[in-house]
Parts: sequence; structure tokens; C-alpha cells
Amino acid sequence: MNKWSRRGFIGAGVLTGGALVVGVAIRPGNAVDKLRGSVAGGEGEQLVNAWVKIDRDNTVTAIVPHCEMGQGAHTTLAQMLADELDADWAKVSVMQAPADGNYVVPDAARDFVAAWSLDAPKWLEPTYNGLFTQISKLGDVLVTGGSSSVRTTGQHTMRLAGAAARQMLVAAAAARWNVPAGEIVAENSTLLHKASNKRGTYGEFAEAASQESMPQTPPLKDVSQYKLMGKGLQRLDIPAKVNGEALFGIDAQVPGQKLKYVAVKAPSVPGAKVEAINTATAKTMPGVREILNMGDFVAVVADGYWQAQMALNMVEPRYSRTEGDALDSAKLSARFAKALDDAGDTGGTSLANEGDAPGAFAGAAKKVVAEYKVPFVAHAAMEPINCTAWVHDGKCEIWTSTQVPLMARSAVAKALEISNDDVTVNQLYLGGAFGRRLESDYPVQAARVAKATGYPIKMIWSREEDTRQDFYRPADTSRFSGGLDSSGKPVSWNNAFTQLNGPDGSWDVAHYDIPNRSIRHAPADMHLRFGSLRSVDHSQQGFFVESFIDELAHAAGQDPFEYRRALLRKSPRHKAVLEKVAQMAGWGTPLPEGTGRGIALVKSFGTIVAEVAEVTLQDGKPRVTKVWCCADAGYVMNPDGFAAQMEGGIIYGLTTALYSGITLKDGSVEQSNFHDYQMVRMEDAPAVMVDVINGDSKVLGGAGEPSLPPLAPAVTNAIYAATGKRIRELPIAKNFT
Amino acid sequence: MIQTTVNGKPQKLDVDPATPILWVLREQLGMTGTKFGCGVAQCGACTAHLDGQPIRSCSTPISEADGRQITTIEGLAGPEGALHPLQQAWIDAQVPQCGYCQSGQLMSAAALLRDTPKPSDEQIDAAMSGNICRCGTYERIRKAIKAAASGTER
Repeated sequence: MNKWSRRGFIGAGVLTGGALVVGVAIRPGNAVDKLRGSVAGGEGEQLVNAWVKIDRDNTVTAIVPHCEMGQGAHTTLAQMLADELDADWAKVSVMQAPADGNYVVPDAARDFVAAWSLDAPKWLEPTYNGLFTQISKLGDVLVTGGSSSVRTTGQHTMRLAGAAARQMLVAAAAARWNVPAGEIVAENSTLLHKASNKRGTYGEFAEAASQESMPQTPPLKDVSQYKLMGKGLQRLDIPAKVNGEALFGIDAQVPGQKLKYVAVKAPSVPGAKVEAINTATAKTMPGVREILNMGDFVAVVADGYWQAQMALNMVEPRYSRTEGDALDSAKLSARFAKALDDAGDTGGTSLANEGDAPGAFAGAAKKVVAEYKVPFVAHAAMEPINCTAWVHDGKCEIWTSTQVPLMARSAVAKALEISNDDVTVNQLYLGGAFGRRLESDYPVQAARVAKATGYPIKMIWSREEDTRQDFYRPADTSRFSGGLDSSGKPVSWNNAFTQLNGPDGSWDVAHYDIPNRSIRHAPADMHLRFGSLRSVDHSQQGFFVESFIDELAHAAGQDPFEYRRALLRKSPRHKAVLEKVAQMAGWGTPLPEGTGRGIALVKSFGTIVAEVAEVTLQDGKPRVTKVWCCADAGYVMNPDGFAAQMEGGIIYGLTTALYSGITLKDGSVEQSNFHDYQMVRMEDAPAVMVDVINGDSKVLGGAGEPSLPPLAPAVTNAIYAATGKRIRELPIAKNFT
Repeated sequence: MIQTTVNGKPQKLDVDPATPILWVLREQLGMTGTKFGCGVAQCGACTAHLDGQPIRSCSTPISEADGRQITTIEGLAGPEGALHPLQQAWIDAQVPQCGYCQSGQLMSAAALLRDTPKPSDEQIDAAMSGNICRCGTYERIRKAIKAAASGTER
């Protein structure tokens, strides 16, 4: 049994109808707080919380605080809870925790709160006597990002809630049957006392269990006892995603109200204002209700979305001039180059400094220097940005798809100058997010329009707006100098780059045995808005670092796999993952002319991933035919769901590597829609083979992001192997026009 | 007045005949299974069938549907609610992630299998490459189509 330190606070109670509820909250100051840094975009306090409800009819509802955006968190979190509860998986369903204190506390949570065991010590009250109120007061705390749901909420609250509920059910049965609790077996939502042949369902004991004292340190299962954890259970949300029933943000309806639809357009240069609009044509178009100059954007309100968008296309906004008007991609690149020139071999902010990298480089037998560049990248989730809002009687209600429902709530409250309690956020499924929906610009926009109209509206961005008003993965330039000794072993690693947004250590190469290392940040302003894009800084740092180590291997005249492997003597888990992927891919076996393999290894979000890409030149262009992926995430809770995330990160990473390049002209984003901002389609999609190593069941890594960072360098390293052409600037397609 | 049939049900629609079918489905008829992705027939999220042929409903005006049959994701299952073999294959292969593009993917796949019951890999890629999936479910879609085509999905 694992012993857990005091990480959370457990509360329990009974609902009308006799349902047992058990909740667990992790509050700021607890051990899990250290994990906050891994949650991308996690401003403010983090409070992770979870609930389980066991009804008299023996159904189990896992109430989870994370959104479902395709990553499968709802299912895996429920799976972890159900395992500790020893619940019958067929009776388990998932509900997303409401994101609004006002809604929850007086209505749904009144039952939750009112009947809480009164035996709880006074100091626990702030937690259990208003968990959701606490959430609302602490503010912006429900975040889904940073590949964190399973390893934070799952490990530290879902499992505890399940284990605590189980212990209370067993205690209730022991009391009623007058037998020792230790003799009761809990299995498949049933309690059994073999000696007396007594048996009962969880549902039968739910109400009685609420009278038992709350265990604050319930024992958690050891990995050898897992029944559901570690199994590739089918996702609970999938049936509704094959018949059109699943409701996404864009599908929101306002009960009892007929919506009007809103199309918007913001100035294409960041910071510009709408100085004037010409509404002469637009206002005569069918269905148009209002044309609004909101200052920082134009909104057209109409009976239907298509009418609104058609009319918006006829509005001629005039924008203010800004400093950024003259900027283009070449000038931005020159700005980055200047920052790196100024930093030289020793300048900038030091991030890592071991030994004497410049000195060792000066004395090296062989010297390698390289510069890599990546462009801005837009998220391009399939569901365009949208939000439905209704402002009336001093209150605002929104319906949307967001990774941060409570940040959205505070942002809306602030924009409308009302209190958080007067804003209700209704969360629907996310049609992809990849970090874009960590931003709350669009709930604010919709709320402001709804305030202006007074009636409920659904705002939908065109794909063009979605592409041009993103919070982008930044463009970046990274320079390296590396020195090799006479045997080819690296003796120095000197690196500087311009963009640093997190997570911490994305630039790190400490797993490789390189004695003298200097890694520095030479900041340069980047013009467009920064946002977290799947794997954040790792998305470019993986490419930079794993390209340069590959260049060192080739400069040393050594096999890139063997070269890395030799440097991983002190990093056994990295080494095992690298060896496994090489074995999967048949590394070293002969390939036809014009075909090459590339390898790359990156640890991000707690998970070590190595990939091998196989690339063939077809009509003079590289085609990625196969990708092998091995990952060590400590312990994989749902292998099929984990594999799906690895596959997804690889395809997302392939689009980013091959095609994604947001460019600037006259301060504006040039791309607009999928014809000029290209995506990997099925005809481009390689076969992907995934395997895992469970290296440490105590410390879990993430799933949503870690397969992306090694993909770009695996592909460009394969292109080098196939063609001798070294790709130092993304997107790859730009190098093959 | 446009007279059309949606999933077997006759509909009389008083709308601008230039309105794309997508928005008539979503806003007039409240059928939100068909999705908006790009508005310019580039991504396939809005794929529906018109007289059995796959169309990009975001770029096909409702006037085109006058006197014809529209089928959407909501009409893909059998009349008793029995899942289409592709829907079952999608569940068995655990295809969807976010799920947003999957209505369009399924409608494209259904049209493919009706015309080509045993598609080759190349035929699958050709028929499905108009449908973008950002979650990267392509390989599972291929597997699911093959499973449904070979009748091994159940």
C-alpha cells in the first residue's frame, strides 16, 4: 500500500435520495502545489478537486474538474477513481464539475454541502463546507493543460476520493453486519462478508456510509493491485461522438431563447484600433440587426451566422496606424539575429552553466556551429473559436468550449464590471484546443457584444479570424556551437535562443553527458500574441536540441543512435526508451536509396519519448511514411488512450514540422484558411507504431504533449539521412519548393 | 420556399435560397451534428450527403437541395437506431479524440463504402483526404474503414 502524505482534504456527505458523496480538494500550500508550474497558463491559484457520488441504485458518478478536448481525461480520471473504489466499471459515468460557484452552491451543491458530516474538525470547514465556493473565491483555478490531469488530479484526488468512499462503505457494512471491517471484501460495487455469507451493493450502503468518519489518509493501491488502472478501457465520450449527439461549444443553445448570430473582425495588426466603419452596404443586407464598432473589433449581429458573416465582409473598417505596421517576417528574423549577435558567446540570461563552454570550444578538436529557425504557428483547432453569451439583469451567462472556465469567468466579470458571482460559465466539449482555449479573449468579446445587444447571441469566428487572431507559438531562432574531442565526443555545448515561455527546462540537455554547457536566453520582442501551443517551448526546443546533437553525431562520423546512446550512461530511462525505439524501427537495417531514418529523444511534461521517422523522397519532396514511438511516462493508466495521444501528438507535430508557418507582411498575418495554412491530411499521414515502458509507477508523466517535440527533429534528421540536406529552418516544405 | 427531405423527413424551408445547407441544418433545423470548420470546402467537417453524394454543406446553397434528399450524421444509423457498421467500427477502433471532425469523416467514409465496398489503401486515402483531423486520428480511421469493409467490426 502506498502511504500518502497530507496532500488533500476529504469531505463526505449524503444527498437527498441517499446518495453518498465524497470530495477531495487540494488547496494551495499542499504538496501538489509544486505541480502548478507544469500547468501551462496556470495563473493564480491551483485547486484541484474531485468528487464521487454513489447513488442508491448503485451507479457511480465521477465528477471531474477537467474539460474533455479529445485527450480522454474524463475516462482515465474516472477509471482511476473507480479502481480505488473497486467499482463496477459498467456502472460508472462521468460528469464535468460545474465551473460556477453560484450555480453549484445554492443549487446542485446545497445537497452536497448541507448534509456533510458534522463530525469533521472545524479547521476542515473552509474546504468541505464550500469546496466550490472556495474555488470561486480563489478564482481562476480550473485549468486543463500541461498534460497534467492524470498525474495531478488523477493521482492526488480522484484516487483518494475513490479510496475514501470505499473505506466508508466497508465501515458501514461492518457496522450493520457486526463483523470486522478487515473481513469484508469490496469488489465490483459489491460488499461481501464470506464467513457469514452476507452481501450488499454499494448503493445499499451509500447512506449509511455517509455517517462513517471520513478517512483522511485512505491507503491507495499498489500497482500490483490495480484492476482498472493500466487497462485500455474504451472512452466513455466516444459513442456520442459518432452519431452527432456530442455538444461542442459551437452547438450551444440558450434554453427558451432564440439566438442571434455574430460575426467579428479585429484589426490584423496587433494593437490597432477600429477608427471608422462603413456600414452603407452591410446594413441593407438580409437578416442584419446591428453593426457595432467595438473599438478593438467590428461585430455584425444577424438572424443567422452566414448572414452576419456576409454582411461583415462588406463592412470597410479603417484601422489606426501602429508601430508594427511596417514589420514583416524578414525584419523580425533580423531582430532575433541582432539579439543573438548582441549576446555573443556569453551574453543573455544564463539558464544553465556547467564548466567552461566557450573555453572548451576554443580548444576542441572539431568545431560545429549551427543556427535554427522556426516560424509562428497557429493552433487551428477544428472547432473555430466561438462563444454564446447572454447579458441581462446585471448578470452574464456564457456557453463555450474553454480549457479555463474560471479564468473565462473572471475575465468576463472584469470586462463587464460585474462580480464573478454574476457570471455563469457553461462548459461544453472542446472541438480541439491545443492550448488556444487557455485564452479568454473570446468569452470577453462575446460578453461585450451581448451586453451591447441585450439579447442572447452566438459569436462564431470565421476560419480566417481564427487563423489571424491566434495566440501563436512564437517564432524563434536558436544558435549553437559545439566542440568535439579527437574521438568525436562532445566537450562543449553553447546555445542561445530568443524566446522563453516555459515550461522550465525545455532547453535542457543534462541527460546527455556533455561536460561544458552554457545555455542562454537572449530575448527579442516577437510582435504577435504568445500562446501555449501543444508542448509549448518544447515544440521548438525539441527541434533545436535534437537537430544539433544529430549534427554533432554526423560531424563525429558516428551513427546518430549510437552517438546519443553513448551519451546516456547516466540516464538509464532515457537510454532504455532510445534503445527500444531503435529496436522497434529496425535501426541500422538497410533501406532503399532515397529513404532515410532519423531519431530523436525528448523528455517533456514528465514523459520521455523517443521517435524514429522514416522518410522517402517522392517527386523531390520528403514523405514521412512511418513513425515509431516509444514512451516512458512512469506508468500508463490507459494504454490505448495514451497511444492515441502519442499518435495525435505525432500527427500534430508533423503538420507543424512540414507545413506550419505563419508569416508577417505589413504587420499582419498573411495566412487565412486551410488552403494557405496547410494541414497534414490522410494522404500525408504516416503509419504510427507506439510502445510504452512503465519505468516508475510512483511518478507519472503526461500524455497530451510529449510525443510532439521529438517528431520534427526525427523527420529532419531522416531527411538528412536520405538526402544529405540538413533542414535548419521550419517548416520543412519551405525547403523543398 | 425550399422543399427538401432531411434524413427522410420532408422539410419546407422559408430561407434565403443562397444560404449554405450547413447553416440551415444547424440554425433552422437545430441539427448540430454537422460542423462548421472552414466555410470554404477545405476541411470536410461539414460533409453531408445530397441524394447520396458527399457534399461540403458549408459551400452548397440550400437551393441545390430543392426537391432532393439530404442525409446528415444524425441520419446515418438505421431507422431503429442500429449503428451503421462504420459507427460501430469507429467505437471499436476508438477513433474519435475531440470528435469535432468525426461527423464529416463518417459521412465521407459512408459514401466511400457505398460506392466501393472493399476499398484499397489508396482509395481510402483519396476519398478521405478532404477531411482534416487535427487530433491526428487518420490511422485509426483507416483501420476502422477496413474493419467495416471486411464486416469484422462485429
